[in-house]
Amino acid sequence: MTPPVHALVNARLLDPATSTDEMGGLLIQDGKILDWGSHIKNEALPEYATIEDCHGFCLAPGLVDAHAYLCEPGKEHRETMATAGMAAAAGGVTTINAFPATEPVIDDPSLVEMISRRAKNTCAVNVCITGALTKGLLGTEMAEFGLLAQAGVVAISDGQFAIGNINLMRRALAYASMFDLPIIVHAEEPALASGGVMTGGRTATFMGLKSIPNCAEAILVERDIRLVEMTGARWHAAHLSTKDALDTIRRAKDQGLPVTAGTAPHYHALNDLEVGEYRTFARVSPPLREEEQRLAVIDALKDGTLDIISSQHLPQSADSKRVPFAQAKPGVIGLETMLPVSLRLYHNKDIDLLTLLHRMTVAPAKLLGLEAGQLKKGAAADVILFDTEKPWQVDGDALKSKSKNTAFDGHLLQGRVMKTFVDGTVVFEL
Amino acid sequence: MTNVNTIPFAHRHLLDIARLNASDINQLLDLAESYASLSRTADKKQSILSGKTQINLFYENSTRTRTSFELAGKRLGADVINMSVGSSSVKKGETLIDTAMTLNAMHPDVLVIRHSDSGAPHLLSQKVDCAVINGGDGSHEHPTQALLDALTIRRRKGRLEGLIVAICGDIQHSRVARSNIALLNIMGARVRVVGPTTLVPSNATKMGTEVYHKMSDGLKDADIVMMLRLQTERMQGSFVPSVREYFHFFGLDKDKLTHAKPDALIMHPGPMNRGVEIDSEIADDLNISAISEQVEMGVAIRMACLDLLTRRTE
Repeated sequence: MTPPVHALVNARLLDPATSTDEMGGLLIQDGKILDWGSHIKNEALPEYATIEDCHGFCLAPGLVDAHAYLCEPGKEHRETMATAGMAAAAGGVTTINAFPATEPVIDDPSLVEMISRRAKNTCAVNVCITGALTKGLLGTEMAEFGLLAQAGVVAISDGQFAIGNINLMRRALAYASMFDLPIIVHAEEPALASGGVMTGGRTATFMGLKSIPNCAEAILVERDIRLVEMTGARWHAAHLSTKDALDTIRRAKDQGLPVTAGTAPHYHALNDLEVGEYRTFARVSPPLREEEQRLAVIDALKDGTLDIISSQHLPQSADSKRVPFAQAKPGVIGLETMLPVSLRLYHNKDIDLLTLLHRMTVAPAKLLGLEAGQLKKGAAADVILFDTEKPWQVDGDALKSKSKNTAFDGHLLQGRVMKTFVDGTVVFEL
Repeated sequence: MTNVNTIPFAHRHLLDIARLNASDINQLLDLAESYASLSRTADKKQSILSGKTQINLFYENSTRTRTSFELAGKRLGADVINMSVGSSSVKKGETLIDTAMTLNAMHPDVLVIRHSDSGAPHLLSQKVDCAVINGGDGSHEHPTQALLDALTIRRRKGRLEGLIVAICGDIQHSRVARSNIALLNIMGARVRVVGPTTLVPSNATKMGTEVYHKMSDGLKDADIVMMLRLQTERMQGSFVPSVREYFHFFGLDKDKLTHAKPDALIMHPGPMNRGVEIDSEIADDLNISAISEQVEMGVAIRMACLDLLTRRTE
């Protein structure tokens, strides 16, 4: 007997990998995409198919979030794979790249296996894993990239910690290149950033907060690009926020170096004024920048200098945010709001819809060597239905993450995920 | 004795392999061959160097190389003096040149020097009147090691030319690797280097080698597999992440060895780190491992070097 077929019809099909934007449908069988395209219509379907009318909503590949912290194991009071999975599903994210800042740190191959297994059992969406660059994320000794790679990690990174030791970075790049693993870096010269809590500029000066100059980012990017030139290793800047750093990336790409870069929704949507009355939920690392820098981020997303938008989802407990600004831990949650916040760029006519989706699907999948992020016959049916227009107001408490540290609490957004499928199964429905 | 024992040597010192040519090397190997046979007889003592003085000046700790040079000198009848850093005036701050001048005033016939700085034997050779043998300088060369390796290979395989030799491990810091690469190239072997990207110089191909970062590729059809010692201080996260990872990817075990020729010969300059760069199962298998023969040939090679380099002073 043929396994049942589920048909999604009357949808606006959006597939950045093939630059498709057309009305049509998609067939799901056995958790996989059986077929898709403009030829999939209500009338042409076999009678045994169950049919779902999408009412003209957008049907796109599930998002791939290249940068998130799941906090499990070890920090389950902030987030678990189960809660992160629900938040991701509600945000249209069907694959999460989990960063190694867990307890214990993911610097041991046996942990990779354990976490993958746990994710399969408890997380509603797919989880891939980034291994630590240094043992214990201490920034001193290289972790076992080779054994980690064999265990299945997709990238190497020390997460929010920049590598200050240039020699270590040189060797790490050389060593990682053997296993074709990208190194994902937090681009901020640590000595310059030390103790700083917001971006250098007018606001910081008035508020009397210790600041981090923009050039802290550019200096580290410049430094690393030279090392990439020497080693030929794959290098990715996780979340850039300044014009000078982006210009350096642009030049490196022109040179043909294996360099990519990403940013997070809060860097294209917010500026340092958000800190306002010392709002700790606006404390992120790197810090929110001045308006001019935000506009440069949008330009870079437009011209492809920035390949990727990732959530940089970093849950923090209320206790670690209910303190004076300088003592607050940096980080915001973002799995659930990544798409709606980024749709602002589409509504403001900064970026067309396909390009915007490209930054959250094919591009991160390519960085991490995943098959996900595109509509492909025979591939897992990880797809989302979303409405670009639906207006809603973010209510931090209503978000599905265990921690509620969103920078967008109270924001009015336009566009929302209606339904999320992972392996053909509905994991979220509005 | 045969006439190999009377032809003078074309060089005053033995500072590096790079300045030798194939006939120099063959001359050393042929002479060493006869000393190898001699060393296996009951009466090993010769008087060729009787009345001559050999000073072993070791600025770096060494047991096997120093012992080997000492034994070689003594078997040839020389008066051998060992100077090691710990007990000498070097500890009191004397410069290398001052030490050289002091020793020179005692009229030695040959000086064997090991030093942690590349080029130290060259400096010394400019300041003394006797022959200087490089017993290992920094990451530069260890010529007698390459010669003894060549002799071992020649005895086992009958030739050097055309053989595929894979040198594996820490190429970057290895003087043994540099001397072997030079010698094997001169003698017409095909040299490969295999190691992690952090331990192979990025321009290693310019030294006349093929570069590999995977043992299975680098060992494919190899006649000779030369393992290098990995220094402990480089194992813990600076150049390679850990011992277990290094052994997993670059340690020689039966599995990786299947890629080499069935009759491949395994060599190691010693001292070995068992379970780091080499599995005991292989190191101790006398059918495939030439490691103890290397030590034996070491004495023969050093006898040949001492013999040839002291002939000129006559």
